[in-house]
Amino acid sequence: MSDDDAVRDAGYDDLLDAIADGEGYYHECSNGHGSLPPRWACPQCGDRDLSEEPLPGSGEIDTFTIITVATPQFTDDAPYVTAVVDFGPVSITGQLRDVDPETVETGDVVGIDVDETETTGDRLIVFEPR
Amino acid sequence: MSDPRVAGFGLTHFGKHPERTGRAMFAEAGLAALDDAGVTPDDVEALFYGNFMGELAEHQGHQGPLMAEALGLDAPATRYESACASSGVAVRDAVRTVRNGEADLVLVGGAERMTNIGTAGATDALSIAADDLYEIRAGMTFPGAYALMARAYFEQYGGSREDLAEIAVKNHEHALPNEYAQMQQEITVEDALDAPVIADPLGLYDSCPITDGATAVVLASEEYAADHDLDAPVTIAGTGQGGDKMALQDRDYYARTPATEAAADEAYDDAGISADDVDFLEVHDCFTIAEVLALEGLGMYEIGEAIGAARRGETTRHGELPVNLSGGLKAKGHPVGATGVAQIISLTKLFEGRHPRADDVTDGTTAVAHNAGGTVASATVHVLEVDG
Repeated sequence: MSDDDAVRDAGYDDLLDAIADGEGYYHECSNGHGSLPPRWACPQCGDRDLSEEPLPGSGEIDTFTIITVATPQFTDDAPYVTAVVDFGPVSITGQLRDVDPETVETGDVVGIDVDETETTGDRLIVFEPR
Repeated sequence: MSDPRVAGFGLTHFGKHPERTGRAMFAEAGLAALDDAGVTPDDVEALFYGNFMGELAEHQGHQGPLMAEALGLDAPATRYESACASSGVAVRDAVRTVRNGEADLVLVGGAERMTNIGTAGATDALSIAADDLYEIRAGMTFPGAYALMARAYFEQYGGSREDLAEIAVKNHEHALPNEYAQMQQEITVEDALDAPVIADPLGLYDSCPITDGATAVVLASEEYAADHDLDAPVTIAGTGQGGDKMALQDRDYYARTPATEAAADEAYDDAGISADDVDFLEVHDCFTIAEVLALEGLGMYEIGEAIGAARRGETTRHGELPVNLSGGLKAKGHPVGATGVAQIISLTKLFEGRHPRADDVTDGTTAVAHNAGGTVASATVHVLEVDG
């Protein structure tokens, strides 16, 4: 939320703070599965031994769409590119910035950051070309 | 243990009825189902009711007892919420309750009021079937999620927007004589390709409409149907349910639906059939690409092969495997919480010769209903059979 008094979502907002500082991370279980916070158990195998590992600095676009009909929270952002990016141990969904939507291709390499939506000023995960 | 019989059904017109409350629509559908079965409210031992967005669309939670009251039922009532699979999971629990011998006569149905909150409101409400933190906050919409799956499918297995358009054309053609359908309107491949894009590569005609409507069926045990001389030739012979990770980003596949595969395996095993035995289906085509993913997940086609099924004519009403003779969600409409039961009703009408497309499947004895929630993080499959 853009409201400074808004209650945080522990785990998720901590991750966004870290990504904004260039220090993104993910959870890794003892069997090597990656996941994103908040987690108490590995979603792949149920292992509860989760460590914090640094998120790779860039990833590849797995799939994407250009959204023209948005929810009310994103009306002024549309049209925008939503992509799922494969960082190796985890994949992350976000908005692709600083690109011509017509030139985006799967496999493009992007970095991750945190920015604000144009519509509400809420924080969101964004990707930028590398 | 015996398989429950579909003793009666009822439904409202699917379409834009913004002024109709959920309770009014469900009363119409539920009372019609009781009348069709020839039973009274006093005969009903439990209500299983599906609804997804009641809190957002009508500021109404706790809808189970509200809907029982609307029908004059004095029976325990529970609301089931699994996004677009809400009444599919309600059917599953109703089937299991009758099989377990815990009840002999139950009502299962669903309702959704959607158009009263407008396109923006409904787009917002539908989006909450996705992961709030990692999908909705990134701006993902429901069409956007299926667009991510469609692009992944095209890249991995091939296919094109034209192939998807053929599915829309087919389902619109199927709905033409369906007086309950939201869209009784023929379209062409060109119409679909020229329509505005919602979420590339999906356009307006790749998407189901926003729909108000309600559905209900009466399920009776074999013994009850025999004792009361009910005319109920259709049984629900198999039930299955599967699940997957909530967010697409956490899945093993973007262009396959393991939840459907698991639900199908369980339901076929339960009914003692294989995929080859299925004569026709109602599958969850909230978007055209979803029909492709469903047919592959259900084992009707090899992975990567269903994309061309409509274009080749195989899944049309004259094809060897008719799919969505009701028009599917695409043309019949998709009042989310009512859809799973709507599929059971369509198959029952086809078997009983009470459906305008029944002449296209006169020899069929085995049919499948497939209902999916979100981006198929939930799926139910039911096998229906008719007495020979």
